[in-house]
Formats: sequence, C-alpha cells, structure tokens
Amino acid sequence: MNTSTTPVIPWQETIFTTLKQGGIQQVAYVPDAGHAHVIRRVQADPDMRDIVLTTEEEGVALAAGAWLGGQRAALLMQSSGVGNCVNMFSLLRSCRFPFLTLVTMRGEYAEFNNWQCPMGQATQGALELMGITVLRASTPEEVEDLVGAAVDAAFEGGQQVAVLLSQRLIGRKKWIRQ
Amino acid sequence: MSTSPAITKATIERRAFVADLLKACPQALVITGLGSPTYDVFAAGDSANHFYLWGAMGGTTAMGLGLALAQPERPVLIVTGDGEQLMGMGSLATAAAQQPQNLSIVVLDNGHFGETGMQRSHTSLGTRLADVAKACGVSHAQEVFSENELPALAQRINARSGMLLAQVHIRQDEIPRVLPSRDGVYLKNRFREALGFPC
Repeated sequence: MNTSTTPVIPWQETIFTTLKQGGIQQVAYVPDAGHAHVIRRVQADPDMRDIVLTTEEEGVALAAGAWLGGQRAALLMQSSGVGNCVNMFSLLRSCRFPFLTLVTMRGEYAEFNNWQCPMGQATQGALELMGITVLRASTPEEVEDLVGAAVDAAFEGGQQVAVLLSQRLIGRKKWIRQ
Repeated sequence: MSTSPAITKATIERRAFVADLLKACPQALVITGLGSPTYDVFAAGDSANHFYLWGAMGGTTAMGLGLALAQPERPVLIVTGDGEQLMGMGSLATAAAQQPQNLSIVVLDNGHFGETGMQRSHTSLGTRLADVAKACGVSHAQEVFSENELPALAQRINARSGMLLAQVHIRQDEIPRVLPSRDGVYLKNRFREALGFPC
C-alpha cells in the first residue's frame, strides 16, 4: 500500500507506464523527489527491479551489464549526478551500448540553492560532449511522447539518450515543511 | 607507511590461478577489470563468454550486477584488481543490497597499481577489502592465500548460493601482457550472440 499523502502527478505516472511498456526491467537510481513516484511504482512491480546506487556512474555500468545479459535498464538521476558519470559514459560509446537516462533538472528555474547551479547549467553540455543525445521535457504534455521516443531510440536504435525533465516541469521546491 | 604483511607474504601466481579458476567454472559469464586481470583471463583462453574491459575503471561490480540480475541461471564472475575494486567500493554496497545469488568477485590483490608503475594501493596501506565487502553486506567474503583454496572457491562460484568476494593475495610479478581485442562492439555482440540475443 502506498501510504504516502503525496498526490500522484500524472506525468510521473506516464513515465512509469512508458518504461514498463518499453520493457525496462532494471531501474537504477540515486533518488530525487521528481523520480519518487516512478521509484515507488517500480518497487511495487514484480517484473521490475529497483536498484539504489551509491553514485550515478554505477548505473551506467549496470545498464551495460543488463544489456549484455539481455535486459533493458534505465537510470534515474538528478542533474548533479550527470557530472559523476562522465568517464563511465566512455563505456557506452566504446561498445555502442543502448542507454536511457531520465534526468531531473536543478539549477535552472527558480533555484533557491545556488550550489546546484554550476552542474545544473553544465548538464546538457556534459551529456552532449560525451556523445549522448539530449531531449528536454518542459511541459507535462510532452513527457509521454519524449520518453517513448527515447526508449525507442535507445533500445531499437542503439542510441544513448537522456531526457531532461526541466525544473519548471517539476515545480518549485518547497523549502519549509508544513 | 609499511606494506601490509598479507601483501609481502603472498605466494599465488596470478596467471596460473586465473587459468585454473576459469577451467573450474566453465559455465561462468566473465567480466574483467582493466589492466592485468583482462590479460590474465585472455591468456587463459578466449571465449565469447568473456567481456574484457579496457576502461570503465570502477565499473566492474555494477556491470556484473546488471548482468547477474539479467542472467540468474548463470554464475557471473568478475575478475579484477585491487585498484579497480577500490575505485568502485560503493558498488559493493549497491550489489550487496540486491543480494544477487550468482555474482562473484575475484579481486587479484597485489597491493599495487600494476599498469602504471607499481605504486602502492590502499590495500598495501591498511584497507582490508574482504572486510569492506563483509561490512557492505556481501554474504560471503574471504581472503585467499593459497592455490589449495581454489577448488572450494570455484565450488561456491558455481553453486550460485550468494554474493561472494574473494580477495586473492597474488605475488607482485610483472608478467608480459597478452592483449585481447579492444573492439568493444565486437566483444559486446559476440557475448550477446552466445546467450542467444540479437546483436
């Protein structure tokens, strides 16, 4: 039972169903509030495995191992985690592994914590420097199409794809607990 | 700081140990850590069931975890070095949290970074890797000091009865390199093909 009082946000449910329909069986993550609903849904699904990481680069290597063994994986992380992955991204291009990551953005819209800004503002550039195609969802209406397109590009087209979930889509972080 | 006693008294010869281990684990899917472990596994004989890493330092355990979860009926064997394992120390916690029954990590520990001029690594300077693995929740973590322990180790790997880390104390020999293919696309495709998946 989900006892959380957090309301389900429709675009987050859409992400889960798109991953599920795309045959993703391993979902690795360093958590972020914007991914919390998808993580809970994966944990409750007997055909999917949630894998909590100590650092995001583990998820890059894990996704490659899953593909070697015939499964599809996705990596959920916050924009700060992209910086932790940079050298490990070499594995993807060296071996042309399919790769799908969903990145919740910080440091770009109504950011309260300026410590998030340096990596948040460099996230897209860092991904592109390492050869990863970047798609960006800024409105709820775009999410289903973009995540579906990313699943296809990764696992049918053999591409490395990141979908950035913009900070405006996620909404302003509430800094005072009610 | 002085080098730890386990390093100085090591007697195991790495090439022979790896060759004997692979022979005793014919069903294993093998991922190798960059540098000497990649050469050791290739020197024992090439196979489509070997995935040789030439980079991705710190990634073997996480990669092995993804493979182990996808292929629960096969033993997954990582052969790596102390330097590579140290860089991915957090991944021991990540893997142990999943309790993969079929994931085994063999760390060939000479206490040094062999590829870069034999600088001392942390295992020469006080870090006890098998204890780290135990503390992360790896169900079976052990040190190996003798070739005589190999049959029991191989039996555990083949049994797929819980995540395992074996810290194998090897001599500091510098052995000629034996180089497998560096074509990652080829290595990936033949590995998947051998498991019956399209490339």
